[in-house]
Amino acid sequence: MPSTRAVAVDPPTVRLDDVHLAYDDSPLFEQLELTLPAGSWTCLLGRSGCGKSTLLRLIAGLATGGESRFTLSTDDQSPLRHRIAWMAQQDLLLPWSRVIDNVTLGSRLRGQTTDRERAHELLAAVGLTHAAQRRPEALSGGQRSRIALARTLYEGASVVLMDEPFASLDAITRLELHELAARLLAGRTVIMVTHDPAEALRLADRLLVMHGLPATLSLHEAPSGTPPRDIHDAELITHQRQLLDLLNEQTAPTDIAVGQQ
Amino acid sequence: MKIMQRLTAMTPALLGIGLLLAGWQGVVLLFDPPRYILPGPARVALVLWSHHSLLLHHGLITLLEILGGFVLGVSLGVLTALALSVFPTLRRTLLPLLLVTQAIPVFALAPILMLWFGYGMLSKIIMAMLIIYFPVASTSYDGLRQTPPGWLELATTMGATPFRRLWFIRIPAALPSFASGLRMAATAAPIGAVIGEWVGSSAGLGYLMLQANGRMQTDLMFAALVVLVAFAVTLYFLVDGLCRQLLPWQPDRRHNDD
Repeated sequence: MPSTRAVAVDPPTVRLDDVHLAYDDSPLFEQLELTLPAGSWTCLLGRSGCGKSTLLRLIAGLATGGESRFTLSTDDQSPLRHRIAWMAQQDLLLPWSRVIDNVTLGSRLRGQTTDRERAHELLAAVGLTHAAQRRPEALSGGQRSRIALARTLYEGASVVLMDEPFASLDAITRLELHELAARLLAGRTVIMVTHDPAEALRLADRLLVMHGLPATLSLHEAPSGTPPRDIHDAELITHQRQLLDLLNEQTAPTDIAVGQQ
Repeated sequence: MKIMQRLTAMTPALLGIGLLLAGWQGVVLLFDPPRYILPGPARVALVLWSHHSLLLHHGLITLLEILGGFVLGVSLGVLTALALSVFPTLRRTLLPLLLVTQAIPVFALAPILMLWFGYGMLSKIIMAMLIIYFPVASTSYDGLRQTPPGWLELATTMGATPFRRLWFIRIPAALPSFASGLRMAATAAPIGAVIGEWVGSSAGLGYLMLQANGRMQTDLMFAALVVLVAFAVTLYFLVDGLCRQLLPWQPDRRHNDD
């Protein structure tokens, strides 16, 4: 199949070592470590403002506004650059481009020939064949998210970085997108940042909880079964309760401290 | 069908203009001021008709000045905005200079422009160009600077080259700002041309108005004014319509009016 970028072959294990990041001398990360195992879906769970998106941005090579140093490595020794796809909280569709051109944006930005055939296949995979020639404004939030997913897939990247991509969707649409994303991104090294324990439990092969300042990561055992897990599953609900308690505990001491001042 | 809808939409505006004209004629009938103070609209219409070849001759000259100034000012403004956003060094040297030159009232430059470029069309074209250059440059530059960061970050992760990022994301994202600059230019260009003609010229609607004023032909002055307004309004609506055509994704501004 002609492709402008290799299609998810041999996803690497990604390691982030010795991460330091500080804003005006107040450290957010100190000697933080993170491993994303090859071909598995890691969810990074934490409350708003805990630094989880910042960590993701470091991997993506985006500005964080702080002073940082870290080592980013892969197990196949080849650089991560040009092997990642980014999916942000907003769908980031270009309003002046038709849906099909939004999907193939990466090719145009790199000056490669666009693979429209593959773009159409991906639109079919997300169930939006009919929308190829429409403009994003005419579509619903759920449809826009599907197109953002197709655009992410079009990159053919073996590592996918997702920053709460489904946070703005309604509950039902979000569940649909979970199924779609779990199916279409299977086999890639995925890291998804989320503040929603249910979302993390539904999708994660590995679940990390971020908390504290400087931030630390703790591993939480993912429920049994393969993602996307049933949201009504008893085990998932038990896990969810534990996670909610955990997230609540972590912030409680600071809240009290603030209250006493 | 579409034309009918447009006409229906324009009815209130036409009605407003009709009321204004009726009021004007009413005042003239009621108070009967001397014709050299306030001619009625009917009188102005008559002069428009009887002097149409004179008005056409001078009107065409002014029209060319307006269009020349518009095209030059818009082109230079857009080029400046692009250069400023592409070259950071230029930003540090040229931007302060641009802001300082904006403190000079452009009208005050008119006599100097006459001196340098003569009494012909060129000095008026340059006058109109100078008036619209800065608004176009600054709105376009603002648009280029204010690309939503999310799009730029997405482009970064996709491995975009700086030129392609500019071409595929920053320029299209700046088009709405550029369009408001164009609309502003469309209304300002006629001002520049006429001011230029007032300061010194041998032809054009501004020249005609001065001549008519000297001879107390107030009705002819009004007729020239009507032609000028017709040019300005037509230019504005052409530009506005073109912007709408080219930016179909931009929500119609009329929906946010109240």
